Parts: sequence; C-alpha cells; structure tokens
Amino acid sequence: MEEQFEKIEIRKPENIVYKKTDLLVDRPLSYCPGCGHGTVHRMLMEVLEEMNIYEKTIGVSPVGCSVLAYDFLNIDMIGAAHGRAPAVATAVKRLWPDHFVFTYQGDGDLAAIGTAETIHACNRGENFTIIFINNGIYGMTGGQMAPTTLPGMRSSTSPYGRDVPTMGHPLKITELVAQLPGVHFVTRQAVHTPGNVRKTKKALRKAFELQKENKGVAFVEVVSNCNSGWKMTPVQANKWMEEHMFPFYPLGDIKVDGKLVEKKEMVDKE
Amino acid sequence: MGELRLMKGNEAIAEAAIRAGCDGYFGYPITPQSEVMEYLMAEKPFERTGMVVLQAESETASINMVYGGAGTGKMVMTSSSSPGISLMQEGISYMAGAELPGLIVNVVRGGPGLGTIQPSQADYFQAVKGGGHGDYHMLVLAPASVQEMCDHVKLGFDLAFKYRTPVMILSDGAIGQMMEKVVLFDQIPRRTDEQIIEQCPWASNGRPASRDHHIITSLDLDPAGQERVNLKLQAKYKTMEENETRYEEINCEDAEYIFVAFGLAARICQKATDLARAKGIKVGLFRPITLFPFPAQEVAFIGNRVKGILVVEMNAGQMIEDVKLSVGCRVKIEHYGRFGGIIPSPDEVVRALEKQIIGG
Repeated sequence: MEEQFEKIEIRKPENIVYKKTDLLVDRPLSYCPGCGHGTVHRMLMEVLEEMNIYEKTIGVSPVGCSVLAYDFLNIDMIGAAHGRAPAVATAVKRLWPDHFVFTYQGDGDLAAIGTAETIHACNRGENFTIIFINNGIYGMTGGQMAPTTLPGMRSSTSPYGRDVPTMGHPLKITELVAQLPGVHFVTRQAVHTPGNVRKTKKALRKAFELQKENKGVAFVEVVSNCNSGWKMTPVQANKWMEEHMFPFYPLGDIKVDGKLVEKKEMVDKE
Repeated sequence: MGELRLMKGNEAIAEAAIRAGCDGYFGYPITPQSEVMEYLMAEKPFERTGMVVLQAESETASINMVYGGAGTGKMVMTSSSSPGISLMQEGISYMAGAELPGLIVNVVRGGPGLGTIQPSQADYFQAVKGGGHGDYHMLVLAPASVQEMCDHVKLGFDLAFKYRTPVMILSDGAIGQMMEKVVLFDQIPRRTDEQIIEQCPWASNGRPASRDHHIITSLDLDPAGQERVNLKLQAKYKTMEENETRYEEINCEDAEYIFVAFGLAARICQKATDLARAKGIKVGLFRPITLFPFPAQEVAFIGNRVKGILVVEMNAGQMIEDVKLSVGCRVKIEHYGRFGGIIPSPDEVVRALEKQIIGG
C-alpha cells in the first residue's frame, strides 16, 4: 500500500545551517590531503564574507605552495614574486587606502627571501594583514630546509637533521616583528583541531577589523603541518606538530593592542 | 605655452611625474639620481595632487611596489641608477610577464659592479635586450635633453598603458644632473578610482559581485599556456616596432657620413657635426629616440646612402650591434666609445670620424 506524501522543498535559505562560502572558487585545491592551507583559505574567505568586505579586498599571494591561492580565492588577487608580497601590498594599500589588503605567505617566502620586505613593511606600520603559514619546510620545491626548520629536523637539504652550528638557528620571525612599533597585533594559531580552527578564524577577523582603524600591521601566523614534506601521514604530522613545533612556536597572542603579551597562552588541545 | 623653468634633468623627471597625474613613486637613494625623490618629497605631491611618494628599503622593494601599484591599474613609477636597476630586473621581468604598465627611469652610471657615479651608456644591452629572465622587452626611451626628460615621462606613461608594458627612460648621469631650460606641460588631473576601474578592466582593485575575480600573475604552469603568453608578448613587440619607433635626423639630407648616437652621446655628436662641417666634412646625425623598438628601417635607409657610419656611445660598443643588424655590411660601420664615466669631447669625436671612417 502506497502512502501519498506531499513533496516539500526543504532547500530554503532559512533551513541552511552551513554552506561553503561563495568566495571559494568551486575547483579542487592543489594542496596535499591533510594540509592546513585549504582550511586557512576557507577561514579567510568566511571572514571576508561575514564582514562583507570582499568587494573592497585585494589579496597578494606568494611563491610557494600557495602560489596558486589566487585560483581558489574568489576575490581580486595579485601574485607577487618570491618574498616580495609585503612590498606589493604596501603600494596597493597606499594607493587604495579605503580597501582591505592582505598578504598570504609561507615561511620560505616571508622569513628567508622576503625578510627585508617583511621587516620594513612591519616597521613602517603598513595597514594591512599578513597571514603567515609556517610549516617549517619548503613544501612546493620538495621539502628543503626552511628558515623555520627545527634543530635536528630532517629535510631534503638537511637529510641528517638541521645541524645548528653549520646551518644556523630556526628564525622566530613572528617574535621578531612583534618587537616593531609599526606592528599592532601579532598572534600564532593552528588549524589542526576544530577549536584551533575557530581561534584562527577569530584572529583573522580581528586582523581585518583592525585595518578599519589604521592601527598598523596585523600579523597572523598559522603553524601548519606538511605531511608530504615531513614524510608522514596527516595524522602523524599533526601529532608531530603538537609535540615538536608547538613547544618551539607556542600558540597564542604575542602582541595585542600594540603591547607585547607577557605570558604566552598554553597550547589548546581539544 | 607651458611654464618655462631652469631645472636639472632629475628634477624635470619628478615635476613631470606630478604633472602627468602619476599616482605613486617608489624609490631608493642612489647617485646620480637621488634628486628625483628629493624633489618629490620637498614638493609634497601628496598635497598637490594626492600622489603617493614612498622611500622603500631597497630597489627590489621599489620595483615590487611598482608591480603592486600597476597591478591595481594605478599610474606608478620608480627611478634608480645602474646597480639599482640591476636589482630591479626580477620585478621588471614579472611586470613584462604579467603585462603591467609602469615607468622605470635609469639615470645610468659607469659599471660594471659598483663602477662609478659618473655618466655612462653601458646599460644599453640590459635595457633593450630584456635584462631580466625570459623573452621580453621594455619600451625604451632615450632622452637627450632636460626637455625630453620631462616630455618622456608623459610619453612613457601613455605608452605603458597603451601597450600594458613596463617602459624605461634610459638617461645618464649627465642629463640627470645638468640644468637646462625646460617647458613644463600643464597639470593633468590624476584619474579617479572610478576612471581607473573603467580604463583598466584587467586590474585587481576589488571584485564587485557583478564580475569574476581578476588575477595578476606571470605564472602559467601549462607549457602550452605559457607559450601563448609568449606569443602574445611577441605580437605586442611587433606592433610596437610598427607604430612606435621614434628618431631624429640632423643634417642628414646631404650627408656623406653619419654619426649614430643616442642620449648624451647624440648631444656631443650634434656639436661634432657642426665642427666637422666647418672643416668641410659633410656629416649628419641619426639619433634613435626609442631604443626598443629600434628605428631599424630608418637607420638602414639613411645608412645605405652614405659612405660610412660612426656609432658613438659611452660604452664599449652596444648599440652598434643593432646598427649593423639594421644597415648590413655594405657600408663601413665603426664604433667610438669612452667608458667608465668619461664623456667624449666633440673634438675627439671628429678626430675619430676622420681616422676610423674617412681615413680608414
């Protein structure tokens, strides 16, 4: 016996509890499975959508794994030369002061080849947001040693581990830029757990809100994994990141309202 | 008739930039061109027209600021001298690849390396043959007077936007530093943001809901795509060759010999032409004003009517290669050059003509 059901259309705006933001282009990401880039991309675009500022936002992408970020972010983008994103963003923001501007950079881009551009844009107090993805390795080129590679950490150019006497120390550039008076807000986050994802999104939102006030640089570091470069599974990589990266690069706010935070927040394990 | 002033070449560049409606200047100090930024900072164009002037941390940063500003459709420029221009090659190559308009002024000094701070033309190859990596050209203008320093800023911006290409003004330390009278063109208002959005429909300056996003990049990982980019650039350079060659001929109608020279060397050759003619030598001067595109047909036409050509350059012989390629080998073509910051005198140029071409 067949019952007669009335067909009800449930796909109504009032019934939607979650949907992917339209500011992400509907195409497959070029990142490895388990990589944090895709999550940060989504958080970034959700923030621009929720603040309704995407029409007045110009993003500057780097050279590195996220070189193709402009293919995924459905906003106007400029692809910079390796390390030069802060210089590119400086001109963009100065010439379009009522627009929102951000750079999206990896550790090799921001903390090695682009150190001068990073330091000086920060020191001038440029009014844009720097999003810094730190995975301690050159992912795009195949896992070479980065400025942020930990002591003893293996990479394709430190196959026996980073030997500090000959290869130098890892650079804590985030702590370094926090010292500069032109920098207003500095935080270090992660995206490996839902709790950390929420915190990262909150930090990004704060960084873009600050642009309205012309307070200077807002610097958001996201410590991320690189399971391909680290030669681990995504699960192993996240565990390794918690055990090794976070003690050296502790999560939490480093500078708030232009003042250094005395005691750093402990790692939030959810 | 515009305003008449006595100015240095470098100052004329700066004043012309303000008057051309330039939106932003980004630079780094280096002799012999520092007056460009000094003049701008003193003149406060941010108050006069709203133009941004920023002293960057390096030439590398300067050219990438130009890249960024140009990527949003703004009218932007930088200036430097030889060692600084070498540092900019990366950014210039990216601008050429991403097809961005912008003006780069090179007030050339002697090289190689740190070289000297005295005038030179030794950056000809770097300017006209590409300079950075990849198959590209800039459109290169060679002013021979302070007046042209002024005029080429406006012309340079016009051509940069017409062809979406980086344009270089290839000057030298003498033209940058010397004072001459100059007639300044009247102030052109800076374009509004709305005009820029309308006139540069390719630029990344904020995506309205009504259109797709714009991407400024010089990357195409697909070789077939990158070959298409290259073919497009080559077609653009061909169009420039057909439409944008500029040159000047002085006393060439009855000439039996000609000097070919650009920039400051052409000014010296102009005097040398007068001195030689006083001695009864019928010599003329052919002066390329665009070095890329090179006025090949024009120099070939006149070159094949004369008995000999002396290419005078303040380098070891660079433009002579383009003259030889253009004219061919039926006519005797010799080079006379001084380098490392030495400026040849008109007398020695005449002696070189007599020795290398007439008597040779």
